[in-house]
Amino acid sequence: MQQFTDLYFALDASNRTTSKLAALQKYFEEADAADAAWAVYFLIGGRLKRTVASREFREWAGRACGYPEWMVEECYDHVGDLAETLALLLSNRVTPNEAQAEATISLSELVEQRILPLRDMEAEDREAALCGFWSSLDARQCLVLNKLITGGFRVGVSRTLVTRALAELAGVEVAVMAHRMMGDWQPSEANYRFLLLPADAGMEDPARPYPFCLAYPLETAVAGPAELLGPVEDWQIEWKWDGIRAQLIKRGAEILLWSRGEEMIGEAFPEIIEAASRWEGDAVLDGEILAWDSAAEKPGSFGQLQRRLGRKRAGPKLRREVPVVFMAYDCMELAGSDCRMEETAIRLQHLESFCRKNGGAWLRCSPGLECSDWTGVVEAQASSRERRVEGLMLKRKSAPYGVGRKKGDWWKWKVEPYSVDAVLVYAQQGHGRRAGLYTDYTFSVWDGEALVPFAKAYSGLSDAEIRRVDRWIRQHTREKHGPVRVVDSELVFEIAFEGIGESKRHKSGIAVRFPRILRWREDKPANEADTLETIRALL
Amino acid sequence: MPLSSTTSPLVRPTKHGLYCAAGNFFIDPWRKVDRAVVTHAHSDHARPGMGAYLCSSSGVGVLRERVGQSASIEGLAFGERRNMGGIMVSLHPAGHLLGSAQVRLEYKGEVWVITGDYKRDADTSCEAFEPVPCQTIITESTFGLPVYRWPTSAQVFLQINDWWRENQREGRISVLFAYALGKAQRVLCGLDPSIGPIGVHGAVDRMLPHYRDAGRPIPPTVRASRETKEQLRGMGLIVAPGSARNTPWLRQFAPYSLAFASGWMAVRGGRRRMALDRGFVLSDHVDWKGILETVADCRAERVGVTHGYAGPLMRWLREEKGLEAYEVPTRFVGESVQDTEEAAEE
Repeated sequence: MQQFTDLYFALDASNRTTSKLAALQKYFEEADAADAAWAVYFLIGGRLKRTVASREFREWAGRACGYPEWMVEECYDHVGDLAETLALLLSNRVTPNEAQAEATISLSELVEQRILPLRDMEAEDREAALCGFWSSLDARQCLVLNKLITGGFRVGVSRTLVTRALAELAGVEVAVMAHRMMGDWQPSEANYRFLLLPADAGMEDPARPYPFCLAYPLETAVAGPAELLGPVEDWQIEWKWDGIRAQLIKRGAEILLWSRGEEMIGEAFPEIIEAASRWEGDAVLDGEILAWDSAAEKPGSFGQLQRRLGRKRAGPKLRREVPVVFMAYDCMELAGSDCRMEETAIRLQHLESFCRKNGGAWLRCSPGLECSDWTGVVEAQASSRERRVEGLMLKRKSAPYGVGRKKGDWWKWKVEPYSVDAVLVYAQQGHGRRAGLYTDYTFSVWDGEALVPFAKAYSGLSDAEIRRVDRWIRQHTREKHGPVRVVDSELVFEIAFEGIGESKRHKSGIAVRFPRILRWREDKPANEADTLETIRALL
Repeated sequence: MPLSSTTSPLVRPTKHGLYCAAGNFFIDPWRKVDRAVVTHAHSDHARPGMGAYLCSSSGVGVLRERVGQSASIEGLAFGERRNMGGIMVSLHPAGHLLGSAQVRLEYKGEVWVITGDYKRDADTSCEAFEPVPCQTIITESTFGLPVYRWPTSAQVFLQINDWWRENQREGRISVLFAYALGKAQRVLCGLDPSIGPIGVHGAVDRMLPHYRDAGRPIPPTVRASRETKEQLRGMGLIVAPGSARNTPWLRQFAPYSLAFASGWMAVRGGRRRMALDRGFVLSDHVDWKGILETVADCRAERVGVTHGYAGPLMRWLREEKGLEAYEVPTRFVGESVQDTEEAAEE
């Protein structure tokens, strides 16, 4: 626990990749395997199942440190991070803590013997147990404990950095380590030891997915694709599908569907799994799960697909209403052999031969576009919306299947987003590095004389703009509802979003996808913001 | 002893600042007035252009740096009493920076204390805070939330000196941002000069003669500049105001490690937003516990709260301590997280 706390604070204190990497390596060299397994798990974003509700957590911590609930809330509003607020309050109790710190407990003991058993306790015992932990740990350890319990474990370390640290420790390539860490990685001693095996050790787990190759966004505002990418013949050009990126593994009887977030999502799409069990031969395919409109021969809306994702298991009715397909666009493994190092053209031949045998209602092969020049590509890209795709994917024909996001070989060229001018109406303080600043905004558009909220957005402004808007919000607050401030309807922002659908849940009757702030329209008065009608016209 | 009714308090807020009508003077006014009693020389308390200033004797030098060489400034020794229109005025150390004072007012047996900015932690760069018994205290509450609790200065200086050594090992200059007046000098007094050469930014340097004249233990320093950068390279520590961030002046010292010394660094959000290498929790303002100790030490029955998180503190004093508490509005919100980021001087 102490070692892990030190690691946490070393990572938190520094802004430099080199010192973070050094801190990680030092930790992994020194830590016991059982502890290190948990450390890897938390650092790459793993969370414990919830043991304590946030409401209870606040109440109990408030009681433990002697502050009334209203004070805990005031402090939380100010700090913007619950685990940290409570750790700070616990180290500043009304009646100082006399208990002796128990510094010797290990991370794995803490998690396995203290935190996880909380789940099966009665509320009263849970409170007593938690108060016991808080008394036995110092302020820094309390913060780490609270983070583990509340689950918001962000300390400015990317998965890539953890992968690098472990790869260097094991003496293997980063790509090999990335592969070893794929799948629903569980924090056991054995799994940790497996990560550190030498380079030539086998990779026998048939369920393990490969790391996904990620595309870089192509910014064509400045130069056309020709200047950036060279001859069009060098590129495999495909539609960029708007679905759920997934990796389909068929290795004998083992059939799995992994999402980009490394979750197994097979149960939500049983028809694909069933179909795959009848396929001839083995393969690992990269592709996209799409809702499919077979009458129109094009994808259904993303909103429909979300209905499928929302369910753990898809029942027959839902399966009928929202049929899906696996749109395959790359082949990572064929008949048991890893073909990721083959060039794109070869891999696509593998893919086509596999789909020729097995394609049908559930498996489709994403077609390559025949374009003789870049003008044709530009025209195809412009037709994206009517085809219900997000734009184009460009893959260098000579490139292997990469690991992670590397510039140069895979490009995504999305269509311009929709955008509207909207009025800032509510604001709330942000969290994490934006704590203490009003950075979470709600935007409205005009519906007759009234402003109707239609989107929330968090990102898109520069730090300097955030500070100016923050100050403006403080000076133009009309009402406060808990943490939410209602502000004067004055500031106009251009809001971009990817898609739009009908929604019964929202007052405006519409829901937009991935809204973000494009720019602050300081030149526009509020009465010139867009109307609900203009947005509905995009439906 | 009965308190005067709240309808005619001894001092009250006006659009010019806190006003004592019986004595016809203002305390830390922000608009031009004839007579100003000034607690300390930070710009949200000491504005130029007043007819006459009264401050502590040891604060005259730095106040003059801020409000102008020609200003009429009179110094009053700590504890010495001055009759101003029937009001007994005296100044008492506030521990905020060199010469910073609390203002004690006595009129017909009624005693008020206006703390100005203050802290109770050890600081060899200025006179130590002394609690002054009174019936009404007007206290600052910049850090008036129980999440703020300062580590001891000794602990923080250990961290700062360690960070400096670590940077030396990696061949980087250490750049520590701190307010040019007060914090910078406090930091200088806490550095271990045996580690390496100490450089200062011009804005910090300008204040140093006053501290050295007052016998404060400021170590030897050089003005950090093109002429001295070779001497500092890879070895030195530079103390500079936050406004020096992202300037060509700073860039000439690269490679460096950047750190900030401020109470706001106690919260991770504030620290991480600034993208610094390190944040040291070092404040010249009183923390939560310190405010409550001060109120208790003064045995005040009535507490005015100004500069900062007034709401929660007032409610706490009323509900948990059974005291009368009210807000004293100010044109300045005190040092805020945002100011820290924009690296305002105070």
